[in-house]
Amino acid sequence: MENPSPAAPPRSGKRPGFLREIARNRYSYLLILPAMVYVFIFSYATYPYLLIAFQRFNYQQGLLGSEWVGFDNFVFFFRSNAALLVTWNTIKLNVLFLIFVTFFAVALALLFNEIRNKFFIKLAQTTMIFPSFLSWIIVSYMMYSLFTMDFGIINQVIQAFGGEPVNWYSKAEAWPAILVGMKVWKEAGMASIIYLAAITGIDGSLYESAEIDGASRWQKMTRITLPLIAPTIAILTLLNLGKIFYGDFGMIYAIIGDNGVLYPTTDVIDTYVFRALRQIGDPSNAAAVGLFQSTVGLLLVFGANWLTRRFFKEGALY
Amino acid sequence: MVTRNRFSFGTIAVYTALTLFSIASLLPMVLTLMVSFTAENAISQNGYSLFPEAFSLDGYRTIFVNSALIFRGYAVSIFVTAAGSAIALIITALAAYPMSNPNVKYRNFLALYFFITILFNGGLVPWYLMSTKLGLIDNVMALIVPTLMFNAFNMFLVKNFMEGLPEALRESAYLDGANDLRIVFRIYMPLCVPVLATVALFYALAYWNDWFNAIMLVGNKDLYPLQYILFQLRSNIQMLEMLPTGASAEYTLPAESAKMATVIITIGPIAFLYPYLQRYFVKGLVIGSVKG
Repeated sequence: MENPSPAAPPRSGKRPGFLREIARNRYSYLLILPAMVYVFIFSYATYPYLLIAFQRFNYQQGLLGSEWVGFDNFVFFFRSNAALLVTWNTIKLNVLFLIFVTFFAVALALLFNEIRNKFFIKLAQTTMIFPSFLSWIIVSYMMYSLFTMDFGIINQVIQAFGGEPVNWYSKAEAWPAILVGMKVWKEAGMASIIYLAAITGIDGSLYESAEIDGASRWQKMTRITLPLIAPTIAILTLLNLGKIFYGDFGMIYAIIGDNGVLYPTTDVIDTYVFRALRQIGDPSNAAAVGLFQSTVGLLLVFGANWLTRRFFKEGALY
Repeated sequence: MVTRNRFSFGTIAVYTALTLFSIASLLPMVLTLMVSFTAENAISQNGYSLFPEAFSLDGYRTIFVNSALIFRGYAVSIFVTAAGSAIALIITALAAYPMSNPNVKYRNFLALYFFITILFNGGLVPWYLMSTKLGLIDNVMALIVPTLMFNAFNMFLVKNFMEGLPEALRESAYLDGANDLRIVFRIYMPLCVPVLATVALFYALAYWNDWFNAIMLVGNKDLYPLQYILFQLRSNIQMLEMLPTGASAEYTLPAESAKMATVIITIGPIAFLYPYLQRYFVKGLVIGSVKG
């Protein structure tokens, strides 16, 4: 553009650059102010409260009055058995979620790409996306109707084949698989949309020339489609890898709740922090674990982004 | 180019796989629906079933006739969703405009300001202490204000859309003497309706499905949104506490079907609007993934 547009509202005097810019675009800054204030209050202004991780925080005395205890809260957490358990569970579950959701999402996208019947595609997508509109509370009820001991469908099926009913809600070892299954059920349909969009962007002439060379459908899928959406898969995977230190509280707590029998395989950092804050009533311990999580989480985001930028320049977050 | 393979084994396999996944996606919901219409004694005899032996509306009767709580929960959820997403949409839409305006010199700094909060999250405890300090506890504002009222991802979505509009629109409006306020409300907002619909849907869904603010900040039963009531209802004992029925001993409370009926009425509005909303949702997701 030839006009570098100093066209904005009236310019005022010879004030220094900052004030002048604010004055010149005053309405623009006014428009963004509510969002800035909101983010300031609920993000930046909350950061000082992280300091209670180094205190024995007392609600009456507040941030300034509470006793400072150095790293005691961290020592307490890392010496407990919970530290390793919740950290491991968080990473384990998130990695499993990531692998299986990605696998199913890509598989669904590849299958959809093989179909030309618009009506069928629309219908199938509509049904597959619907679960992602539901809250985990709702999903937990649906799971209950499948897994409950007395009335559940799964036990009915097991008994129909002559097996013994299983008390799923006290069988910790089964839950990583169950949670992965539900995550795939809820999210793979939606995730496949992104991959399908990536596939739609592939140049159609590639397939045409492959056909002339006599490529089979399977060959086209594995030799053309898959390699061409590989960068998308890698980028999304890396970005999600940056989040694996954050457990899905909404999911885990809605499904597992306070069922301690299942903690060994399902308790994650976020549910631990929640209990420490709201049930045990130890905000300082909760804050220490939260600070540990946020710090490692930040490093992981940086690491994941560094990898993304290295391999797929345009896919990086920043 | 596909006709050659039309009825091949591969085609049949593809259709079968997709059909099975679709059915699996719907089945738990259908089961819930059927249980909500099943007579209580049929459940206690046969367990949950897709094909119940005896139909009954007792579950719905219980929650609508006997429970002021669930009725109230519905009202709370509707109010919170409507008010919350309206405010959130306005904040988001207004903030997106300056971010997309190249005349705003500090817009990169502003983007960074929002981006940092996505990268570093203080976590639950600072969030909780701040919310309670602001008095967002045990009142309806506690359900609306914390966390949900602004989402930077949604703002970037609107910003990307606005950047796709021709810059000449803004320039010529400036030349005609319009200021930014006028440009936003008269030109940009009407043109952004598709992306604003998407974002409104994201917010409404987040509010409707939220129970986190309730579990953290609300202890007063009168303010429980539906989702949180469902969370509380999971054991029958809690069910009995929360559904004080006028009925006496000869009338057994249809606990199982009433629970599932509550689930169904909670899904209700989403399922009802879903066919209309789905395309906005998909569109937003694709814009977000490609550019965000």
